Parts: sequence; C-alpha cells; structure tokens
Amino acid sequence: VTDLAWIEAALVSARPKAVGALLRHFRDLDTAEEAFQDASLRALKHWPANGPPRDPTAWLIMVARNVAIDGKRRQARETPLPEEDRLSDLDDAESPLAERLDEADYRDDVLRLLFICCHPALTLAQQIPLALRIVSGVPVREIARAFLVGEAAMEQRITRAKARIAAAALPFEAPGAVERTERLDAVATMVYLVFNEGYSAAGAERDRAALAGEGIRLARLLLRMFSNEPEIMGLTALLLLQHARTPARFGAEGAVILLEDQDRSLWNRAMIAEGLALIDKAMRHRAPAPYQVQAAIAALHARAIRPEETDWAQIDLLYATLERLQPSPVVTLNRAVAVSKTRGAAAALEMVEPLGDRLSGYFPFHGLQGALLRELGRTEEARTAFGRAIALAGTVAEAAHIRLHLDNLTKDS
Amino acid sequence: VVEKLAQQGRLGPVARLLPTTSATTLRKGREQLVIDGPFAETKEQLLGFYIVECADLEQALETAKELAAASGTAGAFEIRPLAVFRPGGQVG
Repeated sequence: VTDLAWIEAALVSARPKAVGALLRHFRDLDTAEEAFQDASLRALKHWPANGPPRDPTAWLIMVARNVAIDGKRRQARETPLPEEDRLSDLDDAESPLAERLDEADYRDDVLRLLFICCHPALTLAQQIPLALRIVSGVPVREIARAFLVGEAAMEQRITRAKARIAAAALPFEAPGAVERTERLDAVATMVYLVFNEGYSAAGAERDRAALAGEGIRLARLLLRMFSNEPEIMGLTALLLLQHARTPARFGAEGAVILLEDQDRSLWNRAMIAEGLALIDKAMRHRAPAPYQVQAAIAALHARAIRPEETDWAQIDLLYATLERLQPSPVVTLNRAVAVSKTRGAAAALEMVEPLGDRLSGYFPFHGLQGALLRELGRTEEARTAFGRAIALAGTVAEAAHIRLHLDNLTKDS
Repeated sequence: VVEKLAQQGRLGPVARLLPTTSATTLRKGREQLVIDGPFAETKEQLLGFYIVECADLEQALETAKELAAASGTAGAFEIRPLAVFRPGGQVG
C-alpha cells in the first residue's frame, strides 16, 4: 500500500468519463461530483487489496451510483449504509456495464461535461476554472494559486458558475451533428485558453505554468474521442509543439530566454515529433482551419535547427491565411513580427499602428511597437511604448487586478 | 542577482511575458471575442527585459554582466536608457 500512484493515475484518467456518465444519470453536477468523490475514496480502500478492476471507469460509475442511491435511501429511511464488502463485490454487475460502455458511448457524456463548463451563460474567467475543477479534478486551492486569487474567492467563483448553469437548461438529449460541432468549437477554445494560461506564465510562476500540461491532457482527451477531426489534431499538435520549448524558455530565476537565444537541444524532441506527425496528418484532410494553421506556424519554428533557418516568409504567409480564417488584431500583431523579419521594421510598424485602438490594454502590443520604433531609431516614441508595456505588465498583483476588471468587462458586455 | 538588485532598490519592474491571464479576453466585439493565444512571435520573440536603475553606463554594464552570469545560458544583454512611464502620467 506504499505506492498509490497507479490508483491516482487511474482516477484522474477515469474522471471525465465517470463524472460525465454520472451527470447523465443524476442530472445534477454536484451530485455527480460528490458521487465520484465517494467512489474514489472506496477505490483507494479496495483496489490496493483486490487489485485494479478490469474496467476502472465502469467500477467507479457503478460504485458511485450505488453509494448515491444508498445515501438517498438512508436519508429517507435512516437505514444503515451497506457493508463495504458488498460494494467491492461488483464483478457480476460491472461486466455488462463495461460491455455496454465503449468509447463512443462515453463520447457524448464527456462532451456534455466539457460543454457545460463552456456554457454560454459563463464568462471565460468562470469557464476555465470550472473545467479544471470538474473535468480535470484540479483542487480549488491549486486553481486559485494559478489564477492569483484567494482560495475562498476561487471557491466562490466556481460555486457561482455552477449556480448559473444549474439555473440554465442543461442539454441531456444526444446532440445532433451541427450542435455537436458547435459544442466542440466551444470546448476546443476552452482547452486552447487553459493551455495559453500555462504557456504565457513566466518561468517562476510554477502554479500557472502547470496549466499547460492540463491543457495538453484535455486536448488528448478530445483527440481520443474525435480522432478524425483535423482541427482537434491541429489543436493538439499546436499545444505539443509550443510546449516542447518549455525547458529552453526560462533561465535562472525565471528570466525569459527569447526564441532566438534558446538552447534548441533542450527542446523536447519526442513532443515535437508527435506534434509534427499530427499536423501532417491533419493537413492531409485539406480542411485548413485556425488551429491547424497555428500548428503549421509552430511546426516551422520546431523544424528550424538554428534560428536563422526559420522560414519567416512562410510564417508571414500562414499568418495571412490565419487572418482570413479568423480575423483578430492579436493575429495581425503576430504577423507583424514575421513581417519585420522579411520586409523590415517600417512595414511591420505600419501593420501594428492601426491596432492601437483595439489592443491598447494588451501588453505585447506596446512591447512590439516599442521594439519596432527602437529599430527605426525613434527612441522617444519607443520609450513611451515600452513604458506603457511596463505599466501594463507591472506586478503580479497588478495583473490580478487588471484581470478582475476584465472579468467584470466580460460579464457586462 | 535579482534579489540583490531588489535589496538595493535598483530593480524596477521585471517585464517578462507577463499578464496574459488578464488578457485572456481582450475585448468582446459585436460578433467575435478577441482572445489571446499561445503565439511565439510576440511572446517568445521580443518581450524579455529588465529595468534596473543605474547611476551611469559603467554600473549598467556591471549589472548586465551579473545578470548574464546568473542566467547560465547563452544570450545577449542590450543596455538601453529608459524613462519610466507611470500610470499616473508623469515620466520619471
């Protein structure tokens, strides 16, 4: 009983399917979560002695249902809880359930669970913590640390989010093809943003950086369910390719090491190989879409052995494609970096300047503008731009403060 | 090194890739939500800099050397004079 890591791992990987199936059964998120929690405790008690069940997910669902039903009975009639032995002896009951539930059956359950976390009634600031809590099972304490708020505040945010979706009608019928696609889009965005939180955290912010791994885990979950969707391949490839550079991105004390200064031998080759294979497979479907294009850009960085081999002209073209598919000032801003490499700082600046209205609160906008102005020798203006970037970056506490305002902004609009 | 600079009160804001969480949602337009993303071009290309108050160039060079030694990996430090823009508006 010294090593319970395998049980922990089994519980984590069973969680989305089990909670999803329990949600369908109980039609209530809190009941489903609590039932899964109870079943997990029983797994920790029984599995070390009896060994793992043949299908841990089916075992957990079965036990969770029984425990919850017994709980209701107990409330109603005050009958005692059943003996633990009875619960461990589930082999007969478990088999038919295991046979009935294959990947395809779980798919709508998991997707429903993910979709509920991306419910349109919720702000992004609520969606991401909710998904981390419910789907990934990350403790509230850790989510709070990652988002730089107190545990009580995060608990409240999650409780409010749950209350909001409880008030809205939850989709329990099996979704049609169109609706499934819409849901998948919303879920993919959420996964992308979970990863982005981790990717964008500075090296010293370990708690937030861990979200990148969580994002990859969610992307893999989606990919297992939708193994033929090119955009899900693209999303997973993008996250893997960007995450592969993590060991090289930060030096001592979390200082940033820029792309061209990174020790490329530290890049995770296995992750890059997997990402490249996925994006190649996705592109063979000939259905270009935003995640695939972003993954293709990331692939060009991954393929450059030395920084000077980076194909900036191709990156520029891919960003132009991305601008067409998904017009966004953030995309244009990143394209401008490629333009500065191929056509020079003046051309890039021309591209960046009109974005000021929409990106005035975005730290990288001022950073890039400053860098371009500096390159052009417009020092005074560069100083002002850098000053703005710094004012926006400020401190971690400030970032949390700005985030609060943004949360309100999203809620109000 | 960072600690020492901070103790001496010379370390200004250390701008890394910072506050992207705050920028997850930049602006909700009429149709489309502008969202931040894991873009290497801006986030790994241009945006790492330290701000350190130094009396003169000599002290700046000394500080840059210390930072470079502490970072332990290859890289370049460029020294730029800078005025700090404060949110209040005055330049100091």
